[in-house]
Amino acid sequence: MEFKRVVVTGLGALTPIGNTVADYWNGLINGVSGAAFIKSFDVTNFKTKFACEVKGFDADGFLGRKDARKLDPFVQYALFSTEEAVKDAGLDFEKLDTSRIGVIWGSGIGGLKTFLDEVVNFAKGDGTPKFNPFFIPKMIADIAPGHISIKYGLRGPNFTTVSACASSNNSLIDAFNYLRLGKANMFITGGSEAIINEAGIGGFNAMHALSTRNDDPATASRPFDLDRDGFVAGEGAGTIILEELEHAKARGAKIYAEMIGGGMSADAYHMTAPHPEGLGACLVMKAALEDAGLTPADVDYVNVHGTSTPIGDPQEVKAITDAFGDRIYDINISSTKSMTGHLLGAAGAVEAIAAILAIKNDIIPPTINHFTDDPAFDPKINFTFNKAQQRVVNVAQSNGFGFGGHNASVIFRKYQD
Amino acid sequence: MSDIASRVKAIIVEKLGVDESEVTPEASFTNDLGADSLDTVELIMEFEKEFNVAIPDDQAETIGTVGQAVAYLEKNVKA
Repeated sequence: MEFKRVVVTGLGALTPIGNTVADYWNGLINGVSGAAFIKSFDVTNFKTKFACEVKGFDADGFLGRKDARKLDPFVQYALFSTEEAVKDAGLDFEKLDTSRIGVIWGSGIGGLKTFLDEVVNFAKGDGTPKFNPFFIPKMIADIAPGHISIKYGLRGPNFTTVSACASSNNSLIDAFNYLRLGKANMFITGGSEAIINEAGIGGFNAMHALSTRNDDPATASRPFDLDRDGFVAGEGAGTIILEELEHAKARGAKIYAEMIGGGMSADAYHMTAPHPEGLGACLVMKAALEDAGLTPADVDYVNVHGTSTPIGDPQEVKAITDAFGDRIYDINISSTKSMTGHLLGAAGAVEAIAAILAIKNDIIPPTINHFTDDPAFDPKINFTFNKAQQRVVNVAQSNGFGFGGHNASVIFRKYQD
Repeated sequence: MSDIASRVKAIIVEKLGVDESEVTPEASFTNDLGADSLDTVELIMEFEKEFNVAIPDDQAETIGTVGQAVAYLEKNVKA
């Protein structure tokens, strides 16, 4: 059977550097850091005292107090970025077949804040279970697409993909595949995460995963720099409307780019450490290229996973080198996590948006906070350090790797009829 | 209005996000005040916390209106 073509027709973003797609993109191309001291809880006793928090988000104003308190922040964020994307795509659901529109959403953890609050409350008591009836439905990772479907009346396929920091790359790939197979006309897809609380920061600190550069938060996320010392936690949401091409054309939709491939693999190595030779990461990039029917020579830009950890960055460079061969010297690589921090289950979505807008605008967002070259990396590789670069971007690839050894990579191309 | 009635009203306004004027003795949580089954369970839990009483499930099922809640609590809360 012949696959259908899939295009991007709407975007929404709520990120540490901007609460709309336009502000997010402006932040990216101007090299803005979203990192600052944590405001949402008392960090006195925490090893890491900063993160990339979403700023100025008013849940009560957006949702009304009654609904806001029934939704964990990761769902509030999902609804917010999705509202922008639905408007951006010009969707009038009353005129569309809503049984053919689905929601596939990524979240690495789900409602961690809700879980923390409820368990703390239980622990303060005498052992009598006094859990709030909204505890479970607020917390579960699948509830975000549930709420999106309820808000818009969408009755197509609906679920959450959970693969830690690859979650929303997996949601994009699932949506892409169902659309290619003709199982639906449109998906609201993407991901959201909200783990900047005592449990999230304390938990990642215990793993020695987070940067502890408390004297200079804005430069803490420095992927590929010699002095990188861990990732910076981020939060937020990204929504991407994927649509079958003929459906998009029939309603006169604006088309940002075409989604042309997705790859998935596993490291099968360690629960948190990446494979030291980048085996799974190399496999996933090759798989995505093969799925798209491309060779490395077709690719212009790779938005890397690049979390700024001492061991993660080198294995990804090794993997790209193995997957791309000599083409590695002709592509642009950048880690936008240098600006947004690591949005975990939402990272794939917001970074796919960066890749899509790089294609649309022919601009590569930079890897900021580069001070000292790491002699481990070939100096001929273009990491797009510190300043955005202009280049024609026909094809962009975006990687996501998660604890558990999950890898997922997506590929977009300039749309041509 | 009794002290109990005003505290019950405050909880309902807070949890259901309704206007004070809607919280009349006859108002049903589900039919008039927009509560779903989870809201109703939460309300009962809030009453238990506020008034330091345990409301058994079989009793909770008989509390469907504002007036029924106030009457139950006035009878069962120690002054």
